[in-house]
Amino acid sequence: MSPRTFGAGGVSAINVGRRTLLKGMLGAGALAGLSACGGGDGGGGGGEVTLGSNWSDEVPKKAIADMVKGFSGGGVKVNTIDHNSFQENINNYLQGGPDDVFGWFAGYRMQFFAEQGLIGDISDVWSDIGGGFSDAMKQQSTGADGKQYFVPLYYYPWAIFYRKSLWQEKGYTPPTTMDDLVALSTKMKTDGLNPIAFGDSDGWPAMGTFDYLNLRINGYDFHKELMAGEKPWNSNEVKAVFDAWREILPFHQPDALGRTWQEAAQSLLNKESGMYTIGMFAGQQFPEGPDRDDLDFFTFPEIDPAIGADVVEAPIDGFMMAARPRNEDGAKELLSYLGTAKAEDAYLKSDPNNIGAHDDADKTGYNALQQKGEQLVSGAKSISQFLDRDTRPDFASTVMIPSLQEFIRNPNDVDGLTKSIEDQKKSIFGG
Amino acid sequence: MTRPGRTERKTRAPRPKHARTLSTMDKLTVVLMVVVPALIVTGLVWVPAISTVVLSFTDWNGIGNISDMNFIGGQNYVDVTSNYPPFGPAMEHNLIWLVVFFFGPTLLGIFLAVLLDREIRGSRIYQSIFFLPVVLSLALIGFVWQLIYSRDQGLLNAVFGGQTDWFGDPDINLWAVLVAAGWRHTGYIMLLYLAGLKAVDPALREAAAVDGATEVRTFFQVIWPVMRPVNIVVLVITVIESLRAFDIVWVINKGRNGLELISTLVTQNVIGEASRVGFGSALATIMIAISTVFIVIYLIQVMREQR
Amino acid sequence: MTAAVQETPVRTPVRRPQRRRPARVVLTVFLTVMAVGWVFPVAWAFYNSLRDYDFTSTHGYFSFGGFTLDNYVDAWTRGNFGQTFYNSMVITVPSVVITLLLASSAAYVLARYTFKFNLALLALFTAANLLPQQALLVPLFRMFLNIEVPFWFSDSGSLYDTYYAVIAVNIAFQTGFCTFVLSNYMKTIPKEMTEAALVDGAGVFRQFWQVVLPLCRPALAALATLQITWVYNDFFWAVAFMRTGDKFPVTSSLQNLRGQFFTDYNLLSAGSVIVAIPTLVIFFLLQRHLRAGLTLGATKG
Repeated sequence: MSPRTFGAGGVSAINVGRRTLLKGMLGAGALAGLSACGGGDGGGGGGEVTLGSNWSDEVPKKAIADMVKGFSGGGVKVNTIDHNSFQENINNYLQGGPDDVFGWFAGYRMQFFAEQGLIGDISDVWSDIGGGFSDAMKQQSTGADGKQYFVPLYYYPWAIFYRKSLWQEKGYTPPTTMDDLVALSTKMKTDGLNPIAFGDSDGWPAMGTFDYLNLRINGYDFHKELMAGEKPWNSNEVKAVFDAWREILPFHQPDALGRTWQEAAQSLLNKESGMYTIGMFAGQQFPEGPDRDDLDFFTFPEIDPAIGADVVEAPIDGFMMAARPRNEDGAKELLSYLGTAKAEDAYLKSDPNNIGAHDDADKTGYNALQQKGEQLVSGAKSISQFLDRDTRPDFASTVMIPSLQEFIRNPNDVDGLTKSIEDQKKSIFGG
Repeated sequence: MTRPGRTERKTRAPRPKHARTLSTMDKLTVVLMVVVPALIVTGLVWVPAISTVVLSFTDWNGIGNISDMNFIGGQNYVDVTSNYPPFGPAMEHNLIWLVVFFFGPTLLGIFLAVLLDREIRGSRIYQSIFFLPVVLSLALIGFVWQLIYSRDQGLLNAVFGGQTDWFGDPDINLWAVLVAAGWRHTGYIMLLYLAGLKAVDPALREAAAVDGATEVRTFFQVIWPVMRPVNIVVLVITVIESLRAFDIVWVINKGRNGLELISTLVTQNVIGEASRVGFGSALATIMIAISTVFIVIYLIQVMREQR
Repeated sequence: MTAAVQETPVRTPVRRPQRRRPARVVLTVFLTVMAVGWVFPVAWAFYNSLRDYDFTSTHGYFSFGGFTLDNYVDAWTRGNFGQTFYNSMVITVPSVVITLLLASSAAYVLARYTFKFNLALLALFTAANLLPQQALLVPLFRMFLNIEVPFWFSDSGSLYDTYYAVIAVNIAFQTGFCTFVLSNYMKTIPKEMTEAALVDGAGVFRQFWQVVLPLCRPALAALATLQITWVYNDFFWAVAFMRTGDKFPVTSSLQNLRGQFFTDYNLLSAGSVIVAIPTLVIFFLLQRHLRAGLTLGATKG
């Protein structure tokens, strides 16, 4: 097939049929989207592979460049698009003929595209690289059809972060159960601290708290089913999550809805808050040196002993392949390389804010936080992604964010809230 | 037809005069001058707009083949009105936005333009300062107001020692944002109105001054009537800006928690993966419908004038 | 723009007699207070763009110290501004020039002639402004993807991922607005001016080009300023219709200063100041045209 195939769109574009111009237009567009992906930049045979990168800020951008440098299989052209824009326009990107290989997230958001036929099956790449990844990683890279579509690069666990020096000074110890957490929070309050930092202006940070409460109360399987739309949101299980949250909500920083996560992290940095449920990226808010080294974390405490506390929320970022790459061989070769420990080491050397997904990633270079995170995740029974990665993104952003914010504002109407979520969920998942 | 303002009315010539005097060449010119822009606007604004209306009756998710698209009648509209909590607040906020914009920044912008139209010292510096917010990128605007309104570190709370959650409290944040949005809108209106004032024949003013009229009287009796078309521009722009209000709110919290606007709801549903394109299109169609009301009012006004 | 006969290069100011001094003082005080209020938020952000993030993170923004120029240096090196400024120019210049040309000619016809279809056209142009951009995103994307063009015209074989798509959409959106605004401004121009040209036997186009356009100079200057500002600061269309990071406009440089999670806001605001400079310069340049250009005794009421 010539790399410059014309899409079937041309035929139907002229077909301004009875069914309005729109139908012809959209129909042609759809066909073009599905079949004309080959019609991109020429030069298919040149051996160059294009890599669409949403690692746009300084540190990860350099890390990607370093990583790609180690690839010996031919030239790689990196097309960097800023993270946010890439995400908002992913539909256009995928349907308009994406780069051969590009960055994305594991979990539902990958599986969704796999189902739509917008990304390529890379099971054969996995037969090369599979040995280097744990079963949990493989599971997160696998689509609903059992094929692999994703090569993990790194993950960043969510946990409860705190400053070692402050806790030493006050004699606090990490709580392992919810009762401990409440007791500790109460003590912090009497010590004049705000126990739990909280900022939910952007809407997503509260999802971390919801997820952890749900994982600890109802377990991983329930989380998966709930996120997949298979369990009702107005069930007693979900209400129990909100009830538990309501009990610890008074220990959270007040007026969370106007505060960004970075401002909340600053209260931790300035020892105004005692702890903070957030992802490992929180470290970036701390000035490098003694402040950042002072940061530590513990896993979200156990609530139900039958469920335990061995599920970790650790979103994974990695790579996917276009459904019809211009240079498929090159793309697969590049993905095989990206799935090696060597490639990850090159990346992590420049970006120490994450933990390598590969089993054999070099841990000797890890800082204390990375090491601890690595232990946490490798000891985990299951890895969940994140609310907005484990469910339909439209549901997460148009229903869950407003609903969680509503709960934070008014935690007393759980019945009404869960019913509203369930009604909206039906209209989104129902179709 | 020429419409130089009320002062001209009594002397204006019978309407069809120009049309009759056009040569073939001129006719062609006139047609080209208007048809080319009209085609562009039709093709790239109206055709997609009509597509959006059609899409609003489907459950399409923006991905894949057109044959996957199901027509589901008015289900999206039912969902929007009965099963989408942010919709009601969004309508209300857009309306508040319109009223506040009209009585606040729009009138202030006009007032500033009138003041700056006079030959006062430093007029150009004032103009630049009032126009400054219009020029700045959204990234900076977001930061500017975060610095002022942040609950923990904002200037307002630091200076007045309060703990008001300006951006987070849904009873307050709309007003806080309106200040920020009005800050931009004022400069915008000022610039457009100033451009209109500058085109007013100075002789009119001189004549009024010679007659001994005060400046205020001169403005209302001489300038204001001549400026009527520009007044309409300003009014329509205020409506446009209020209905389409989007960016400041988006940069603050993506239009949630008290800052819902129709445009942000449309965006939330249309952008990103697995989008609810059908649902978002229904919201957009509602917006188009509301806009239509204003357009019709405006056109009736124009028609009345032409009669 | 060629100067028309009716225009005097420097207007002899119509100064009111300086008798009402107190009013002058009140005016100056009022304007000064307003101006300070207006510029203050920006000044505050500018102040913080000169400070180290670690310092403000520890001490809060309402503090003093941590001054550095590094944010500007870093923003400049990280933002790849050289490339993106160029890209922005490639998008902005044709968009604005073509928009103003199309809009002023359409506005001229709408303002000067009363054809039956004028009302419909006015509706077409005016109403186009009320549509939310986001609502048109999906159909427009499909259109561009589907319009096939020769490969010498676009690498992708379609209009997707080309400047043409971005420029075309900017033109389409702004033409409606400018037509509406300009046609109303043109209505304020006394018809005696064009009638003089008519007597000379000038054709429609000459009337438009040599008489009406020069008279619209203040409005054109104002619109050009606004258009440049908007198209230049637009990011929505550029990222929706292009997928190659190297083609993105200057706003993408700012986006690149944001992280996936963490953003150094001081750095970002330094970058924003850099980005704002060209538009400010353009405003100063065009501001010269924002002055009375029209003297004509004939329309005295």
